[in-house]
Amino acid sequence: MKKHIITLVVENKFGALARVSGLFSGRGYNIESLTVNETEKPGLSNMTIITSGDDPVIEQIIKQLRKLVNVLRVRDVTSLPEHIEREMALVKIHVMPKQRAEHFGIIEAFRARVIDMTHDSMIVEISGSEEKISSYVELVRPYGLIEVIRTGVLAMLKGSTVTTETSK
Amino acid sequence: MTGSDILLKSLQQEGVDVVFGYPGGQIIGTYDRLYDYDIKHVLPRHEQGAVHAAEGYARVTGKPGVCIATSGPGATNLVTGIADAYMDSIPLVIITGQVASHLIGSDAFQEADIVGITRPIVKHSYLIKDVKDIAPAVKEAFHIAKSGRPGPVLIDMPKDIQAAKGSFDYPTTIDLQGYQPSYEGHPMQIKKVLHALSEAKRPLMLVGGGVRLGNASQELLKFAEATGIPVSMTFMGQGAFPSGNPLYVGWMGMHGNYASNQASINADYILAIGTRFSDRTTGNFGMFAPNATIAQIDVDPTSIGKNIAVKTPIVGDVKSVLGQFLKYIKEYKRDKHAEDRAKWLADIAKWDKEHPFSYENSNKVIKPQYVIESIYNITKGDAVITTEVGQHQFFAGQFYKFKRPEQFISSGGLGTMGFGLPAAVGAKIGAPDRDVFDISGDGSFMMNVQELATAVQYRLGIKVAILNNQFLGMVRQWQQLFFDKRYSYTCMEVQPDFVKLAEAFGCVGLRAETPAEVMPVLIEAMKVKDRPVVMDFRCVREENVFPIVPPGMGLDKMIFK
Repeated sequence: MKKHIITLVVENKFGALARVSGLFSGRGYNIESLTVNETEKPGLSNMTIITSGDDPVIEQIIKQLRKLVNVLRVRDVTSLPEHIEREMALVKIHVMPKQRAEHFGIIEAFRARVIDMTHDSMIVEISGSEEKISSYVELVRPYGLIEVIRTGVLAMLKGSTVTTETSK
Repeated sequence: MTGSDILLKSLQQEGVDVVFGYPGGQIIGTYDRLYDYDIKHVLPRHEQGAVHAAEGYARVTGKPGVCIATSGPGATNLVTGIADAYMDSIPLVIITGQVASHLIGSDAFQEADIVGITRPIVKHSYLIKDVKDIAPAVKEAFHIAKSGRPGPVLIDMPKDIQAAKGSFDYPTTIDLQGYQPSYEGHPMQIKKVLHALSEAKRPLMLVGGGVRLGNASQELLKFAEATGIPVSMTFMGQGAFPSGNPLYVGWMGMHGNYASNQASINADYILAIGTRFSDRTTGNFGMFAPNATIAQIDVDPTSIGKNIAVKTPIVGDVKSVLGQFLKYIKEYKRDKHAEDRAKWLADIAKWDKEHPFSYENSNKVIKPQYVIESIYNITKGDAVITTEVGQHQFFAGQFYKFKRPEQFISSGGLGTMGFGLPAAVGAKIGAPDRDVFDISGDGSFMMNVQELATAVQYRLGIKVAILNNQFLGMVRQWQQLFFDKRYSYTCMEVQPDFVKLAEAFGCVGLRAETPAEVMPVLIEAMKVKDRPVVMDFRCVREENVFPIVPPGMGLDKMIFK
């Protein structure tokens, strides 16, 4: 069961997101994260889906997605070596004033930043690979983690190739 | 003009002359306009009847079936038929009324999110939000329903959109960037398969319903005769290849014939054409065709490699691809392994002789198989046969030998009891000059029995043959074979008097209680042309469909009695 990042270009039509997410639930495919956002082209959205499965399952997922009328392009980014993955998270932690210095040190090491602070808490914005965010979260958990909200992974091809190129 | 007019004019542009529909509060505006149009409207007695009739009509004519229903319960009553059409790839365009746009989401009277409910069982769907979107949606819906792998497309029409004013300008082109089905197969792949077939000593073609839907029977026949490769079908493929042909092996699967199942096990190369490798065809996926390399032609890429690993896939329309096979036929060497091939055909003939479809007839009790044979004889094998789902469905498959693709109309994928009677209504409307028989069981018959009234209203001379054993026979058979004869709620202890029921509806009702009465009943039935005939064949109660491959087993594990 390998992890795969699949990017889709989808027409912003009624129910398009439901068609994609329903396909995963209806056919029993795994879905770890799904992000949807507008592209620079009017009427088109980009979806990034993290899924896992053995090769025949991933092949079926891709073919089933391609079959959807509103889906213009499906790409398994994982199979393309030259790509970048990024995720952002907001992490809220219990921090008493005397612990602040210690936290600033960790934040510095992770190249994160503090975006809100109260007398007993702070919100940290961190971006990077899924693994980096997970290790940050694990590191601060013992201090009193309040909550984590993650965006899900975004992926983009390196070089001048357009990730959201629409021809299938 | 109104949105309803735009809808109806668009249907006419698509060549629709018959619709199967049921009026209601949220589609009343469209019905009001329909009253003035030259479109035949067939009124079933339940919306499920409309959608199965549209399926039967589509199967027999090759044109998309169109049905109309109101919002809420009208729309949800269509759901089983939409799922049925999706599984069996039947082209349908379904129009549903919806509550007015501003009321959507307010739990309005007769509101249901039919686009959401049907999302996993349609090929595509539309919720119309603007009157100018109606004509393009209809144009796209017909294109999507009938091209590629056919299927149902739903258009949900809010009440205010039906009433809104707009102008009619039917689009001449379609711009669907995300929907581009393949037609031609890749020539390299085709040549590769022709070379591999030349090398094969025990090749077999496995032909599914796609060959019938894709209207490719002529190409298949030419290809089989050019190559000398024997042809086996799936249950849904029946009719795609003529039963009398020397290369005809039969049909494969759970209740298929021994020769086909043995051929699948012994073949060294299988060319699958227009089949999705249903579990009812293959038996246990892991044990299917253990000695064969498999090539597959299908218009739907998701049908390839889903259940069975395929060495050489060819994505394309079966008719075009088989045409390409014929074009490149000189790449095929027929006589490379002539001796092995002769032995292979002899083996198949031997298997066929060892275990043909057979049953032990009786002169005391009516055997269901005997009824099917008698129907076959009296119709000279030319009738259009619809079936319900259960034992009678497989008796029909085993003992009616189909010659042509449009002859066999059955619910194969979803297995919908209650399909056959409304499908027969639709088939008879689509092909009024054909003899149309619904082969039924007493359980299935009751599921859409109300459609007898529809058949009477339109003076349809369909024939319903009930193989009445007062059991849900197929489930009872499984209980006998696999559940220690614990007949948990499969006995229909009370059924109506089907002859009186038929007469109450205005049909002719006939009954046969002994084998000697079977033929006279059929002869009597064939004389009736202007109304339906219901024949109650009181059959032996505990007959089984044999052979059977137990669920989850390979096709070599056939039980013969």
